[in-house]
Amino acid sequence: MAAIEIKNLWKEYGDQVVLERLNAKVEEGEFVTIVGASGCGKTTFLKMMLGTEQASRGQLLLDGEPIAAEPDETRGIVFQRYSVLPHLSALRNVMLAGELSANRWLGLAFGARRRALRDEAREMLESVGLSQALDKYPHELSGGMQQRLALAQTLIKRPRILLLDEPFGALDPGIRRDMHKLVLDLWQKQNLTVFMITHDLAEGFYLGTRLWVFDKERLDPQDPGRYGARVTYDLPVGNSDKGTLQSISHSVDSTARALA
Amino acid sequence: MKKLINREPGRVGKWALGLLPFVLLAICYLVASDARLEANPNDKLLPAMSSFVDAIDRMAFEPSKRTGEYQLWVDTVASLKRLALGVLISASIGLVFGIATGTIPYLRAGFSPLITGLSLVPPMAILPVLFIIFGLGELAKVMLIIIGITPFIIRDMQQRAEEIPAEQVIKMQTLGANTWQIVLRLVWPQVMPRLLSAVRLSLGSAWLFLIAAEAIAATEGLGYRIFLVRRYLAMDTILPYVVWITFLAFIIDFTLARYSRWRYPWFHGAQ
Repeated sequence: MAAIEIKNLWKEYGDQVVLERLNAKVEEGEFVTIVGASGCGKTTFLKMMLGTEQASRGQLLLDGEPIAAEPDETRGIVFQRYSVLPHLSALRNVMLAGELSANRWLGLAFGARRRALRDEAREMLESVGLSQALDKYPHELSGGMQQRLALAQTLIKRPRILLLDEPFGALDPGIRRDMHKLVLDLWQKQNLTVFMITHDLAEGFYLGTRLWVFDKERLDPQDPGRYGARVTYDLPVGNSDKGTLQSISHSVDSTARALA
Repeated sequence: MKKLINREPGRVGKWALGLLPFVLLAICYLVASDARLEANPNDKLLPAMSSFVDAIDRMAFEPSKRTGEYQLWVDTVASLKRLALGVLISASIGLVFGIATGTIPYLRAGFSPLITGLSLVPPMAILPVLFIIFGLGELAKVMLIIIGITPFIIRDMQQRAEEIPAEQVIKMQTLGANTWQIVLRLVWPQVMPRLLSAVRLSLGSAWLFLIAAEAIAATEGLGYRIFLVRRYLAMDTILPYVVWITFLAFIIDFTLARYSRWRYPWFHGAQ
């Protein structure tokens, strides 16, 4: 059975259709990259996966059950910004998940439990290359380091699904490449199922196992919200040729212009 | 020559420019005071420096002939006690209610209109009500401070709690936090430094309400003393008291600002 099943999923706000007739199956361990023009419902889809938005019609199943309608620990997320807590040091940010499960009321751990959490967090931070920054606050870290910290914080909880909402959108190209390596590395090690939104088509082609393009098949220029976006391309990554990239790029660009 | 808008004074220049108005004011005062005293040696409006020294000596360093107490210190302790109690209680109420209404939509829906309504009541207008209900004792004076500044602190805290990025609230949930843990580990620590700034902002009003309450009903206190000696036009006592109150206000504000920087470096660093 597929880990995630999307059955005839629709999302509408009033008479504005954002997504229509979405159907897909995603197996455990797949790495799905989602690209598409702004306004094509990529983030809406991610929010439905996360549980902060509900589908208007259709079903979103995790292991055959409807996915929880609020965020919980089955799904981890890294946003473009604000993913880490500014009032905690790097180490405390990574220890947080363990502390929360250690004590329902205080959300803190003590004694041996605390020491174990600290060691675990230290190891995790080392694996994302932040062993020099354990006691620094997020504002003292660069953008790339903050995103590494966010990954460490999320992955120490071992979520079934990792959602990435343009996590590298604000980073320099060089740092971005490092982050790609890191994400691929962590994905393989933890056997995660990943959904990653990106603006960068090339990033989508290079990363992961599967590429989804969200685009509007039917587009009414007078009323862009009349029809919703669908998954217009669902490609395995690695064996698509240059022509495909170009034709996707072309159709995404023309949708973007129509929506702007 | 650069445009004026692009020119900045150096370190020494900044201090000199900052001190200049004080010095000018002092000179103006001395000249005016001299002129008035020359015309009428018994003038009470602008006393000479020597009168201030005498008055300060009398109020601060000599026991009062009537009660045997050092009046300035008795007044200071009484006022600061009321102020501290009032501000502390207000801050605690503001913190609890602000976090509750800022975090839980159901509580916000229930309490927000009430708090908004209460914050529009002019506190001075219900001072008589306070005196009737709580008598003329300490409680009424502290209550005036509380009623005066609590609504502001609650509303400020509510706003700060609402300003916490939704991403972080979601993040906490994906890390397994329940509602209480989100309050305890995310909202509370993040609004604490903001509570300190809200308290600093409301201290001005707190002093206002304190002095007003003391002026009407008290037997000691800085506000009481000023309004008492007003009857004798005792500018030589009033002005040093005003300076002293200003100094106390400055010290409190300065201490809170320093404490906030030391205790919450992440807050001040990120700004």
